[in-house]
Amino acid sequence: MNIIYSREDKLLMIELTEEIDQHTADKVRRKIDDEIERFIPRKVVFDFSNISFMDSSGIGMVLGRYKLIKMLGGELELINVHKTTKKIFDMSGVSRIIKIAEQEEKYKIKQQKENIHNQILNNLDKEEKSEGII
Amino acid sequence: MKGLYDNEMILKFVSKPCNESFARITIAAFISQLDPTVDELSDIKTAVSEAVTNSIIHGYDSEDGIVEIKAKIISNTIEIEILDNGKGIENVEVAMKPLYTSKPNQERSGMGFTIMQSFMDEIRVESSLGFGTRIVMRKKINIKQESKAIC
Repeated sequence: MNIIYSREDKLLMIELTEEIDQHTADKVRRKIDDEIERFIPRKVVFDFSNISFMDSSGIGMVLGRYKLIKMLGGELELINVHKTTKKIFDMSGVSRIIKIAEQEEKYKIKQQKENIHNQILNNLDKEEKSEGII
Repeated sequence: MKGLYDNEMILKFVSKPCNESFARITIAAFISQLDPTVDELSDIKTAVSEAVTNSIIHGYDSEDGIVEIKAKIISNTIEIEILDNGKGIENVEVAMKPLYTSKPNQERSGMGFTIMQSFMDEIRVESSLGFGTRIVMRKKINIKQESKAIC
């Protein structure tokens, strides 16, 4: 699981990397909850581009995190959801309560992600420079 | 055996959650000889995962038991049978209702059977209390004209 947090936007990007079934969902849910409770983000994005498999365990995993995020005053968005996974979200009504980004929005999110990366790199640069001065 | 593509396999494993991925990957490998599309393959993998999860969590209540999967290829149809000797389902009709779950406190969605029903063409559930559950699912794979079976 890759996690990026932007302090400025209070945006938490979580790139899921494991297949989601009953066995893995437990571990994933605990890890995500820790991150959410640590940052209290205004917006959380789950990136599904590396999730080629998810069964109904994913429904509970996503809905449970949605409740926690909402309780803490944030919002949740899902991006890059594969076809079969999308079918599961549609069938269970998840897509009616949680935003699943459409094609064009993926680009925006990608840009946002790159911006965060650049921000982090800039900060590192600055730190290095200031260290150099000292 | 009759027919051009007929084939059969049997798989038995201990009801450990880590075997869920083993089960669906093995089934996916077995049916790949029918040359299914990526979508057909992930539909079947999901249905198998739901059935196996049910056996492990509900049938055996997370205790050790044996889950058996029989898969058959009959012409261009795949038939998958999932058996357990667990506690059985009290009322199959109720259990198959969307959003019904007997374990609501564990973030379970109650969508397992609904997913099996809509991802496969046909599903039959037989269960008897104290003896176990048997699920038979079928799905037709659209054969591409130029593909040939290896065996």
